Amino acid sequence: MQPVQPRIYLRRGEKAIEKLLVLSAAIFIIVIALITIFIFSKGLPLMVKVGLGDFIFNSDWRPSKGMFGIGAMVLGSLAVTVSAMVWAVPLGISTAILMAEIAPARVGRLLGNMVELLAGIPSVVYGFVGLVVIVPFIRNYLGGNGLSVLAGAIILGIMILPTVINISRDSILAVPKEYKEGSLALGATHYQTIRRVIIPAARSGIITAVVLGMGRAIGETMAVVMVTGNSAIVPGSILEPVRTMTSNIVLEMGYAAGDHQAALFATGVVLFVFIVALNLMVNMAAKAGTDNGRK
Amino acid sequence: MISRQVVRKASFVLIGLLLLGAALVSGCGSKESAQTPAPALAGNLTIAGSTSVQPFSEVLAEQFMAQNKGVQISVQGGGSSVGIEAAVSGAANIGASSRALKDEEKNKGLVDTTIALDGIAIVVHPSNTVTNLKSEEVMNIYLGNIKNWKEVGGPDAPITIVSREEGSGTRDAFTDLVMKKKDIVKTAIIQNSTGAVRTTVAGDKNAIGYVSMASVTQEVRALSIDGVAANEANVKAGTYKIQRPFLYVTKGAPEGLAKAFIDFVLSAEGQKLIVEEGAFSISK
Repeated sequence: MQPVQPRIYLRRGEKAIEKLLVLSAAIFIIVIALITIFIFSKGLPLMVKVGLGDFIFNSDWRPSKGMFGIGAMVLGSLAVTVSAMVWAVPLGISTAILMAEIAPARVGRLLGNMVELLAGIPSVVYGFVGLVVIVPFIRNYLGGNGLSVLAGAIILGIMILPTVINISRDSILAVPKEYKEGSLALGATHYQTIRRVIIPAARSGIITAVVLGMGRAIGETMAVVMVTGNSAIVPGSILEPVRTMTSNIVLEMGYAAGDHQAALFATGVVLFVFIVALNLMVNMAAKAGTDNGRK
Repeated sequence: MISRQVVRKASFVLIGLLLLGAALVSGCGSKESAQTPAPALAGNLTIAGSTSVQPFSEVLAEQFMAQNKGVQISVQGGGSSVGIEAAVSGAANIGASSRALKDEEKNKGLVDTTIALDGIAIVVHPSNTVTNLKSEEVMNIYLGNIKNWKEVGGPDAPITIVSREEGSGTRDAFTDLVMKKKDIVKTAIIQNSTGAVRTTVAGDKNAIGYVSMASVTQEVRALSIDGVAANEANVKAGTYKIQRPFLYVTKGAPEGLAKAFIDFVLSAEGQKLIVEEGAFSISK
């Protein structure tokens, strides 16, 4: 008798939990679907009205005159993101290698904690530091007025470091120990092993880290608005101001109405497509990884 | 077996927490609805709209609520267009606008009441040697025709132009009053709040910006325009030309609590609060 009762109890409990989980998943899917439908239904009509090509590639953004071209913002997002990646990705991967392979465990853990701390700082704080420290520095020593692509790239780079470092480190740590041991046993040095064995084996994870970092950089708003100057122009150099797609939305949503508001939603649609494309790239990288690991 | 039990326990804890959370949320909800309205002036009033009008609405609402204990006034920002939209949709009882209504907005049955006047100050870094500009010079700076401070009698330094974003009431007023509706140069730095413009100008000794006169602080210096100092007296006298009205917008003529509040704002006491806050009363 005794063992039977708890079993029934267990089954009932399990069923309830199962239903709860299904419900959670359903709510999640509905929310995503509603957001997607909402953004597209608000933004697409204007994109059709303006013309898709004109909307994305034209750089004339004068909503009060009915000119809706976000070309400068698309380029702006890419310019800031790419220049942030240029310095943050090598730095992040190098740090990840150090933490996983070279540093003593204690130092690795300490670094890990510091990276967690970096990830926990709100973006508005990064923006404020950028505005007070980095912008005047650029203005005084490099020229221009400081609010620039470069300021955005520096701040964004710092912000994506935790993503790049954490995922790269985890994928390096996930490389089977036998690979390393085999390589060392064949007489390779530690550096040769890292370069020729460990990194190639962890490649898919590192690519995932880079793409997720890129997603974070494209999506980041608050810090970027504060340090990039937000002029809706195609920047001629990294010392000139720039406006990203996210900045465009957050800058103007307060006062926008009618077509102007629709144009901001349409900016959101373009951003949405960018992020979906990046996520697909992550999935592809992960798939490539399963093949890689076996080779 | 052990792991199963652990999982079971954990899930019960989880469900418990969820239920607790739900109970708390519903508890909060019922508390709000349980508030019984007192006789006389009572109820909730929502004011939404222009961030330029917001600090004024807050002060006025505070005073009005102190005098009428049963009244709850919630003041929200969002911008002039949001405020007008909220008045149309009924999301707010009163929409606050720092620009005149557009025709398409008037056609939606809105009634506007001017509650105050505000000057727009052209501000520069306190260390700037320029103290006066002609309004054409301001326009040419913002058109990108004048690029260096030495062209207007200042030091040999490039001008950093700071502007508000498209759709902002302050920007609309500025383009109407100063730019003669011409476009502000695209290379201008764009900031989306009065505070951000002020901070940017305060941090760059070559910058020029425009903010509501109520928001001018020691961090920046307001320029005289066409020889007229940017101050309250000159706005009220009409000699300082860069000025705009602050409006409260209602759907139809104001009634009930909204009318009581607007009457209070227009009273001597309300106008005194507006003056103390930095704008100018509508009475000459």
